[in-house]
Amino acid sequence: MIFDPKTTKELEDAKIGATGDLQGLMQDRTGDPTLQNTLRDFRMSVHAWSDAVYNRPRSVLGMAPKHRAWHRATAWALGCVLAAGVAAGGIHELNHQQQLARATALREAENQRQLAEKHTREAEDLLAKVDSDISRQVPNAMEPLAQLMAEDESK
Amino acid sequence: MLAIPASTRVMAAGTTLESMAMATAEKNAAQDFSDVVAAFRPQIFRFLLASTRDVDLAETLTQDCFLKAHRHWASFRGESTAMTWLMRIAINLQKDHWRNRRLQFWRQTRTNSVDAAEAGDWLMSGESSPEQQLLARERVGRVWQAVEGLSERQRTVFLLRFVEEMEIAEIGRATGLNEGTVKAHLSRALGRVRVELGGKR
Repeated sequence: MIFDPKTTKELEDAKIGATGDLQGLMQDRTGDPTLQNTLRDFRMSVHAWSDAVYNRPRSVLGMAPKHRAWHRATAWALGCVLAAGVAAGGIHELNHQQQLARATALREAENQRQLAEKHTREAEDLLAKVDSDISRQVPNAMEPLAQLMAEDESK
Repeated sequence: MLAIPASTRVMAAGTTLESMAMATAEKNAAQDFSDVVAAFRPQIFRFLLASTRDVDLAETLTQDCFLKAHRHWASFRGESTAMTWLMRIAINLQKDHWRNRRLQFWRQTRTNSVDAAEAGDWLMSGESSPEQQLLARERVGRVWQAVEGLSERQRTVFLLRFVEEMEIAEIGRATGLNEGTVKAHLSRALGRVRVELGGKR
């Protein structure tokens, strides 16, 4: 590949740091000395920060930054607590539901039992009433004898 | 001994020459790319650092940028400068990163970005008095605050113009915007900075 002469010039410029006259460039845009100075300071601060970070020594096997490790540990701990909370809540809810179901079943059984008792009582009462009614009734053929018995009793 | 025809010998010599030329071209391309990396890596890193204010993220995106550039180095025809081409890759990578970040909001709720005030502390003392330095530092902090409040595109244009000192046309090529749009974004960004500095002037 043939290297573009423009790129070569650019490389040279970048190497020697000849990037143009900032003051002149800013003058065109802002016309405000305070703003110009501030923008120049801003640019210098970014360059200084970048150079400092870029040229700092690095280890090949870089350790995770401490704060990151700390954040990760906190996130894990919170995650575990949250998971445990959710699990405990679930179990509690399940138990609660089971207790409610048991109580409902008991109540239902009690109702059924009471209903059955009531039915039994009613049936017994009905039977007793029928018995008593039947015992008081006298067949037609026995009517004259029954009258006699009634007269004897009155005497 | 087996006699090799003259035509076959010529063909073999031609193939060897071709492969040697290709190897030389590849070597040259690799050398060119190494030069480009050495020359522009600090600048790309600086732009990404200023854009994200996150050292780790800027380093990662810079690596990705040069990896992508290396993959497509053969297709670079020199229509724009290498710096503009690399800056365009960096801008796109940054855009992709923020887009993915928005979609993956559950992965990390907090970024590792340096605080705006902290970023403004990197100011050379020069020959000014401590009061002037303090004032300058405060103003730089305010510029960072203004930059923080800019839209992604305005911030990119502002940083390319006032940190990387790129020309309007070059910014247009790097961002894929026309010059008028670049000027409009720059004007709005400067207006924001002016407003931010206004209270302290």
